[in-house]
Amino acid sequence: MSILINGKSSVMISGLTGREGTYHAKLMMDLGTRIVCGVTPGKGGIEHLGVPVYNTVREAMAKHDIDACGVFVPARVAAAAVEESVEAGVPLIVAVTEGICPHDAMRFISLARRRGVRVLGPNTPGLLTPGEAKIGVLASDFVKKGPVGVVSRSGTLTVEICYYLQKNGYGQSSVVGIGGDMMVGTTFLDIYKLFEQDGETEKIVVVGEIGGTMEEDLAAYISKTGLKKKTAAFIAGRSAPEGKRLGHAGAIIEGRMGTAQSKIEAFAKAGVPVAEVPWSIAELL
Amino acid sequence: MKLYEYEAKDIFRKNGLRVPDGIAVTEPAQGLAFLEAHKPAVLKTQVLTGGRGKAGGILFSDNAKDFSEKIERLKKLPIKGMLPRGILIEEKLDVRQEMYMSCTISRSTAEILFMFSLTGGVEIESVAENNPEAIRKLSINVLDGMKPSQIEALVAKTGLEKKIAAQVCEAALALYRIFTEYRCQIAEINPLVVTGDGTVVAGDAKMEIFDEAAKLHPEYFKEDLTCTPLEKRARAMDLGYVELSGNVGVIGNGAGLNMATLDIISFYGAKPANFLEVSGRTYGKAEDAVGIVVSNPNVKVVFGNFFGCISRCDVIAEGLAAAHTKGSIRMPMVIAMRGTGAKEGLETLKKAGITEIYEDDIEAGRRVAELLKEAK
Repeated sequence: MSILINGKSSVMISGLTGREGTYHAKLMMDLGTRIVCGVTPGKGGIEHLGVPVYNTVREAMAKHDIDACGVFVPARVAAAAVEESVEAGVPLIVAVTEGICPHDAMRFISLARRRGVRVLGPNTPGLLTPGEAKIGVLASDFVKKGPVGVVSRSGTLTVEICYYLQKNGYGQSSVVGIGGDMMVGTTFLDIYKLFEQDGETEKIVVVGEIGGTMEEDLAAYISKTGLKKKTAAFIAGRSAPEGKRLGHAGAIIEGRMGTAQSKIEAFAKAGVPVAEVPWSIAELL
Repeated sequence: MKLYEYEAKDIFRKNGLRVPDGIAVTEPAQGLAFLEAHKPAVLKTQVLTGGRGKAGGILFSDNAKDFSEKIERLKKLPIKGMLPRGILIEEKLDVRQEMYMSCTISRSTAEILFMFSLTGGVEIESVAENNPEAIRKLSINVLDGMKPSQIEALVAKTGLEKKIAAQVCEAALALYRIFTEYRCQIAEINPLVVTGDGTVVAGDAKMEIFDEAAKLHPEYFKEDLTCTPLEKRARAMDLGYVELSGNVGVIGNGAGLNMATLDIISFYGAKPANFLEVSGRTYGKAEDAVGIVVSNPNVKVVFGNFFGCISRCDVIAEGLAAAHTKGSIRMPMVIAMRGTGAKEGLETLKKAGITEIYEDDIEAGRRVAELLKEAK
């Protein structure tokens, strides 16, 4: 078991023939991901990396059963690409592209909710189930099969956390990046609930950062429903000043909103210990 | 991308939102004819920050000599360190009531949040603090848009007289249209004025367009005046650099790991001097990046913390080695490297004569704090 993807998932890549799409699709295939086709408008009919390429998502869906789509197209066309997959009813859309305007994200997130499909991202490093499959850009060298579910907003920091988990003997059931943008289609709470239900996940690690209230929302849920699985967290940006955007569009403290302190206190109330530094998270599990 | 009041009011006017008669000037002579026709007039300094009223940035005038003097005075008056782009001259409104209206983004619901309050102006913060129910809110899904019936129901509950309520509804629909069309992060009217004769007018205008949509509106592009010279230099190189107040220079890959690196420095009792992220797109620019970090005169020690993913450590190491060999780093530098390309990267650093090299950031962080103490 794992969440969202496994070795049997059929994956389509939007922007497969592009530079980014090609590079990362190869890495995904190397890990065992079943990429069954790609979509690039105007390139329909060719074969790329051994799989067929279609002009539209609908054409691809007519020929294949698609479980998930990874979107690797440039920002100016990314919203349209995500929307196309949402409208075609792809169950899981992983929007890796960075730099999508939140007004566009609001639109495709709303569409996805009404259509009953899931968007991960935008600006997500994607997700990975060790030894089985990945969609996105997470490095797979520092993960191995195990009992810890990891959910994070960032890419590199996720790998850093997995590196220290592994040094302490913990492998992962699945690793999910929800994205560093202001507004994302899938929240910490959404993924946390999936880990709660997953039979293979025994413990959960949440890697949050400053900005927004997703960490507080998750803490409120845990406080209300009780801690079902041992959970530990790390919040990046304790030392960040107000009003400065630190890399991620979403990582900004606005007034009293989004401070590390507020997130740490909320987790403490929920019975979730928060590590001060990335390497101490394993001790808290 | 923030807009000046006069730019936002121009957009308001074009979209059917009533604004005071006005003209933006940089020289007194440009406003004299307007003054003649509209005295007394209001002189409002044009800066991209709040609090200008308290800082003396809003003046009144009713004759040419006084007007010229005041324009010259405002031109030289910095507000929170920023000099104005120009001065907006407007007719003085006969204010009966000051209300508040805005559209923003709600991150948690992925919807647009519309807010309206009968009390606005400088009072809005205390209303928000002490009487938050007085601010009426509407969460709007972008797929549905703002419906006239929704806004009419909301305004009706406030008990405003009919003639004014109708104008408020019109203003709300116009503001929503502007907010979505210009892809704003915020569009705010504070105060939304009711004049003595019962006309609803936007007394002030605040608009901020999302950076991701800035290309759609090149006419409003402006340099970010809050940037430090080093931040500006970094931006030109496509590097995400933010200056902070400490003395440990930071360089790393990925936004999340960089934030964690700042926390690690604080954990060991030191203070970061900056945030600097090289990404999948810019990791070939490590030499430039470290050049920016060491240009900050406060920096006593440099801490490079890298986890190779898309960004390869071996490529980053070449950049760092080049900077070291050219002698551009005159202070101790501690590097931690793991992940893709780290083995080759650490080898490259060693060959270049960089001695403080580590795999993970536990030891490296501690070493940074030690070196900082020695440097002091």
